[in-house]
Amino acid sequence: MLGHELARSSRVRPALRKCRSSRGSTKVKLSILVNEGPYTHQASDSAYQFTKAALEKGHEIFRVFFYHDGVNNGTRLTVPPQDDRNVQKNWSELAEKHKLDLVVCIAAAQRRGILDEGEAKRHNKGEGSANIAPGFRISGLGQLIEAGIEADRLVVFGD
Amino acid sequence: MSNIKKFLYLNRKAPYGSIYALESLEVVLIGAAFDQQVSLAFIDDGVFQLAKGQDTKSLGVKNFSPTFRALGDYGVTKLYVEQESLSERGLTAADLMPITYEDENDGFAEKPSINVVSRSELAGIMREQDVILSF
Repeated sequence: MLGHELARSSRVRPALRKCRSSRGSTKVKLSILVNEGPYTHQASDSAYQFTKAALEKGHEIFRVFFYHDGVNNGTRLTVPPQDDRNVQKNWSELAEKHKLDLVVCIAAAQRRGILDEGEAKRHNKGEGSANIAPGFRISGLGQLIEAGIEADRLVVFGD
Repeated sequence: MSNIKKFLYLNRKAPYGSIYALESLEVVLIGAAFDQQVSLAFIDDGVFQLAKGQDTKSLGVKNFSPTFRALGDYGVTKLYVEQESLSERGLTAADLMPITYEDENDGFAEKPSINVVSRSELAGIMREQDVILSF
C-alpha cells in the first residue's frame, strides 16, 4: 500500500543518492513486507508484481518478509483453480530465479499452521506435515527489523 | 548494523476483531532489541488500542493492553495519538490509559509517553521517519 511512496518521492534521501549510477538511474535496495494472505486480498499479488518489476528494473530486493495472514502465501498445500494464478508458485519461482530471501514469521506461522520440517517435528505434528513452500524459510521477527535497517526503503503491502 | 534508523509503527486497527494490533505489538517488542529510534502512532480505529478499562473476558481473547504500559522499560517512550481520530470517535485524551516512562536523562522522572498530536503534526512526524511499518 505504500508502494506509491517510492515513485512519488522527489526528495531523494542520502542513502538513495549515493547509489545513483553514472547513467542517472537510481538503484535502490528494497525490502518488502506482505501482511495479507493470498486470494482474499490484493496485497500479495501487488507485492509480487512490485517485486518482479523492481527486479526487472535492476533494483535489489534485500528480503521479502511475510507477516500476519501473509504467512499463508508460503504454504505448498494451496490448490487454486487451473485458470487462476498460483500466488504461492509465483513467489517460489521468483525466489528461485532471483535468489530471493522469502522469510515467513515463525510466531505468525505457528498460529496459522505453516510449518517447516524442524517445527513439524518439534511440535509432533507427524510425518509429512511440514507445508512450507519451496523458496520460503521460517525465521523470527528480527529478520523484519533487519530488513528495515538494511534496505533503502521498506515497502509495506497490506489492507 | 551500526546505522540507527527512525522506525514508526503505525497502528490503524481496533485492538480486537483482528490480530493486527497484537501482532504489531509483537514486532515492537522484538524490534526494541535492535537499538533503533522507535515511536508508535495511533490513527483511525487504532486509537482504541490505548483506551483505558479494556475488558476482553466475554470475547475469550487475551487483553494485551497492559503490555503498552511496559513499553517504557523497552526504551519505547513516544506514542503519538492523532487528535482527529479521537474526536471522530467521541474520545478525548482522558479516555486513554495513562502510560509513562522513566526519563533516565532527567533523574528517572516519570513522564507521559502519550502525545496527542494533530493530523498535520503527525504527517510531519511521518515525513521524518526512515521506516514506517503500517499495521
